[in-house]
Amino acid sequence: MNDLTDITIAESLSKLKAKEISPVELTQAYIKKLDENHKYNAYITLTAEKALQDAHEAEKRYANNTNRNLEGIPLGIKDLFCTKDIKTTACSHILDNFIPQYESTVTQNLLDNGALFLGKLNMDEFAMGGSNETSYFGPVVNPWSKETPLVAGGSSGGSAAAVAAKMCAAATATDTGGSIREPSAFCGVTGIKPTYGRCSRYGIVAFASSLDQAGPICKDVTDCALLLNCMAGYDAKDSTSSKREVPDLSAFVGMDIKGLKIGIPAEYRPDGLNKEVASYWDKAAKILEDCGAEIIHINLPHTKYALPTYYVIAPAEASSNLARYDGVRYGLRVDGNGLDEQYINTRTAGFGAEVKRRILIGTYVLSAGYYDAYYLKAQKVRRLIKNDFDEAFKKCDLILTPTSPVEPFAIGDTKMLENPINMYLNDVFTVSVNLAGLPAMSLPIGLSQHGLPLGMQLIGRAFDEGTIFKAAYQLERGANFVRM
Amino acid sequence: MAVDNETVRRIAFLARLKVEPEKLEDTKSEFNKILAWVEELGEVNTDNVTPLVSVNDEALSLRQDEITAGHISEKILKNAPAQEFGYFVVPKVVE
Amino acid sequence: MSDYVIETEKGKWEVICGLEIHCQIISKSKIFSGASTEFGDDVNENVSFVDAGMPGMLPTLNQECVHQAIKTGLGLNAVINKYSEFSRKNYFYADLPQGYQITQFQYPIVGEGFIDIDLSDGKTKRIRIERMHIEQDAGKSIHDIDPHKSFIDLNRAGVGLMEIVTKPDFRSPEEAGAFLRKLRSIVRYLGTCDGNMDEGSMRCDVNVSVRPLGTNECRTRCEMKNVNSVKFVMQAIEVEAKRHVDVYENDGEICQETRQFDPVALTTKVMRKKEFAHDYRYFPEPDLPPLILSDDLINQIKKELVELPDAKKARFVHELGLTPYDAMVICENKEVADFFEKAAQGRDAKKVANWLMGDFFAMLKKKNLDIAQSPVSAENLGKLVDLITHDVISGKIAKDVFEIMAETSEDPEKIVEERGLKQVTDTSAIEAIIDAVIASNPENVASYRAGKVNLLGWFVGQVIKQSQGKANPAMVNKLLKEKL
Repeated sequence: MNDLTDITIAESLSKLKAKEISPVELTQAYIKKLDENHKYNAYITLTAEKALQDAHEAEKRYANNTNRNLEGIPLGIKDLFCTKDIKTTACSHILDNFIPQYESTVTQNLLDNGALFLGKLNMDEFAMGGSNETSYFGPVVNPWSKETPLVAGGSSGGSAAAVAAKMCAAATATDTGGSIREPSAFCGVTGIKPTYGRCSRYGIVAFASSLDQAGPICKDVTDCALLLNCMAGYDAKDSTSSKREVPDLSAFVGMDIKGLKIGIPAEYRPDGLNKEVASYWDKAAKILEDCGAEIIHINLPHTKYALPTYYVIAPAEASSNLARYDGVRYGLRVDGNGLDEQYINTRTAGFGAEVKRRILIGTYVLSAGYYDAYYLKAQKVRRLIKNDFDEAFKKCDLILTPTSPVEPFAIGDTKMLENPINMYLNDVFTVSVNLAGLPAMSLPIGLSQHGLPLGMQLIGRAFDEGTIFKAAYQLERGANFVRM
Repeated sequence: MAVDNETVRRIAFLARLKVEPEKLEDTKSEFNKILAWVEELGEVNTDNVTPLVSVNDEALSLRQDEITAGHISEKILKNAPAQEFGYFVVPKVVE
Repeated sequence: MSDYVIETEKGKWEVICGLEIHCQIISKSKIFSGASTEFGDDVNENVSFVDAGMPGMLPTLNQECVHQAIKTGLGLNAVINKYSEFSRKNYFYADLPQGYQITQFQYPIVGEGFIDIDLSDGKTKRIRIERMHIEQDAGKSIHDIDPHKSFIDLNRAGVGLMEIVTKPDFRSPEEAGAFLRKLRSIVRYLGTCDGNMDEGSMRCDVNVSVRPLGTNECRTRCEMKNVNSVKFVMQAIEVEAKRHVDVYENDGEICQETRQFDPVALTTKVMRKKEFAHDYRYFPEPDLPPLILSDDLINQIKKELVELPDAKKARFVHELGLTPYDAMVICENKEVADFFEKAAQGRDAKKVANWLMGDFFAMLKKKNLDIAQSPVSAENLGKLVDLITHDVISGKIAKDVFEIMAETSEDPEKIVEERGLKQVTDTSAIEAIIDAVIASNPENVASYRAGKVNLLGWFVGQVIKQSQGKANPAMVNKLLKEKL
C-alpha cells in the first residue's frame, strides 16, 4: 500500500478496527493530499483542524471499543449542506458570509456515525449547473485533466473531484437533475442518487424541492452502500422524507444477479450517440449478462420531453426557493433607496448569471396567464414520464443507460457557454430519474480514447436501491476500472 | 409565446432582479430560445392526465402541537446584515 | 331582503359586499414550526429557524391547526375536503421571511358552507361561505421607531390562520356586522380563535360594489384591507358604497383597487392600483405532500363538537321558553350562555333571563367586568330568583339584595337572613300597619269609600313603606280591601 488515501472506506474501517492504522494517521494522510491538490479548487472552506481534533476523539473510541459505523472517516461536504458554525455558501456571493446555527440532518447523521469533516466542497452556485463553472469561487478542475483543464461536472464537481483525487474518503453530494451522477461519471468515481424521500432535505439549501435528493460520492460501490446507510432515514423535520425502512444496503453488495432483468431503453440511443459511449454501454450490458442477468429492450416514450419538463419545473421551484435571499435576515445586503431597491441591488449583485437566468425563467412560467401553458403542462408530462418508468419496471428490474452523452469537456468551452441549452442537454440521461423520483447510480465503466472516464447509470424502482447495489457491484467487478 | 422587452422588465421586477438596459436584448433573446425549447411540451397529449404534484405517495404526517423551538433570538439574528434592539432592520417601508 | 338602499336625487342603489376574514388559530405552536404562538413575548423570541426562512429549513404541519380548521369548518356548516393541498403565494415583503406565504389555493381544507345571521327586524338571513383555507401569518413591521428604518419582529411569522371567504351576499352594513358577530361567536364557542378584532387575531377585508336597485349588474369592486372592528367594517361599507354611487352619478368610473378605510375621517383612500397588483405565482408547495383527512377523523371531531349558538338558541327557545331575541342575546357569548344555563337550572328560565339581561348585565357594564369575573355567581343569581318566586322577598327588595351581592359576592339567602329583609307575611303584623295607616288618613279613607277606588294603590304604597318594603304586596292588597 502506497498511501492510506488509496484504500476505500471499507478497507480503512477494517484496518482501523484492527488498529493497524489510527484515525489521526488516516486524517493526516487526507489533509496532506488535500494540501497538495489545491489546484483542483475542490474545497472552498477547510476544517482540517477540527477534523484532526475529532480524529483524536475517534482514536479514543477505537481504544475503548465504542467506535461507530464511520468512526474517524474523513469526509468532504458539499457546500449545499448547512453545517453548524461552519460557513455554508451554496457557492454564491449572496451567502458567502453565512454561518448556519444548525446542522443538516444528513451531516448530523454522518457525525452521529463518527465521521469527521475535512471541509466544504465547491459546487455550481445553488447547484445550478452541469460543469461547476457557475460557482462564485471558480470552476473545479477535473483531476483527470491532461494539458487543458477540464470540467469536473456539476453541480457536485467539488465532491467528485475531491473523491477522485483522494482529498477525502468520500463526499456528500446532491442531485436535482444529475448533479451526483454526471460529476461522478466525469471524475471516474461512484455516486448514487437515492429515491426521493430517502435522505432528509432538512438543512440542505433548496434548489428544486420536488427533485432535490442527497447522496454519497465514493471510491466504489461498497463504500456507497456504507455511506448511504448512514445518511438515509426518515426525518420528521422533512415532510417529504419517507417512513419506509432503509434496508442494510451493504448486504446487497456481492449478491448474485442471476435472472435479474436489465432494461435497455431504446430512446436513450439516438442515431447521433457518441460511439464510445455506445460501445461502453454494450460492454456494460454484456458484463451483466455474463453474470446471469437477462437483457431486455424497453421503451420510455416520453424521454424526449424530460429536459423541457425539467427546465420548467426546476426553475419554477428555484425562483420561489431563492426568494428568501433578500438581504434582510442573513447573507449579502447591497443598500438601495428603499426596500425594493435594496432587494433588487442585493439579488442582482448576489446571484450569478445562471442562477438569475433560472430565476427569471421560473418566475415567468409561474406568472399569471402562463402557469397552465408551462408549469401545469410540465407537471402533466412529468406524470407521463413517471408512468413510462412504472410500465418499464413491470418488464425489468433495473434500467441500464450511460450517465452522460459526453466525456468531460474543457473549462470555458465556447459551445457550452454560447447557448445555455447546449449545457442543459448534457443532463439528457439523468433528469428523467429525478422527475420520476427514482434511485440511480453512476459508476465508471472505462476510459475514452482521450483517457477520460465514462460512466454508466443503473436506475432502480423507487425504494429499491438494494437491487442497484447488487448489479452495480457485479458491473464494477466486470469493468475493472482503475481509480486514479 | 415570445416575450418582449416589457415582459422581461416586468418579470425581472417580480423576481427583484435588475436587467441592465444594454443587456435587455440579449436576455430577451436567451429567454425566447429557452421558451421555444420548452414549448416542445405542447406536442404531448396531456388530456385527462393528472399533474404530478408529489412523487412520493406517502401521506403528509402531522406534528404534535408542542413547543419545540424558539428563544434563540441570538442565533436568529446572528447573520443579520442589520439589527437593532433585537429587530431586523430594513429601509423604511412605506405602504 | 334588506331594505338598505342608497337613495339620491338621481336614483336608488343597492350595495353588494363580500368579506374575507383572517382568524388566528388557537394552538400552542405555529402552523409549520415548533415555536410558540404566545403574544407579547420579547422581540424575535418565538422564532425558529423555519420561521426566519433560513436556508434549508422546511415546514412541518401542526396537527392541532388541522383539527381546529375542521372544527371551524363544521361550525360553518361547510364541506370538509378530504383532499387538500398547500400552495406557495410568492411576493416580497420585509416581514415575509421565505419570500412566499404557505397557504392553500386550489384545494382548500374547507369548502362551501353558510351562516344564518339574525337581523334587527327579527328576520334571519343565510350568508353563504365560499371556502376556508389555512395558511401562515406574516411577521410584524414596525414603522414608527425611526424615520428612515423599519423594524422587523418575526414572533407572529408562522402563526396559523384560517381565512374564511364569503360569497358577495351582504346587502347592508348591518348584515356584515351581524355576520362578523355571529362568526366571532362561533369561533369562540369552538375555541378555534379568540375573535379579538382589536388585537388583530381576527382581521377583515371588505369587498364593496354597488348597482342600481333592481338590476343584476356586476360592477367593479374595491377591497378594503384589515378593517379591525365590527363598527369600522360597517362604516367602511357605508362610506365606500356612497363613494361608488357618487362616482357613478357624476359619470365617473370605479377602478379595481385596494383601498384603506380611515375611521377618523370616515373616508377610504387608495392603497394599490390594479396595475401594481401582485402576481402571486401560486404553485403547489413542494415541501408538503397533499393533506389527506380520513372520515374517521372528521367524524370524531364532529362527535366532540360543542353545541353551537344556533342550536343552543333553538333549545333555549323551545325547551326553556325564552323569546328568540333573549335567546340570541344570551347565546352570542358562550360564557354568558353557560352562566345562564347554570343559573336557570331548575327555575323559571324566563325570570332568570330577565335578571341576567337587566340588572346583571348593567352591573357588569358598570363595573367593566367580564362575565368570568362577575362577583355574582350563577348559583347566587338563581337563588335570588328563587327568593322572589317563593315570596321570601319582593322584587323591589331583590334589587337591593342584588346590589349587596354585587359588592360582597355573598349568598342572597344569607343577606336576606342577616339583614332581616324577609317579606312580612304574618297577617296580624300587616293588619297592625294597615290599621295605623287607616287611622292617620281619615280623608283618604272617606274618599275611597265614597268611590275613589284608585286610591287603593296609594294605601298599598303607604303600608309597604311603613313596613320598610317587607310587607308582601299581595297580602297588603287583600287585607286593605277587607279593611276599607
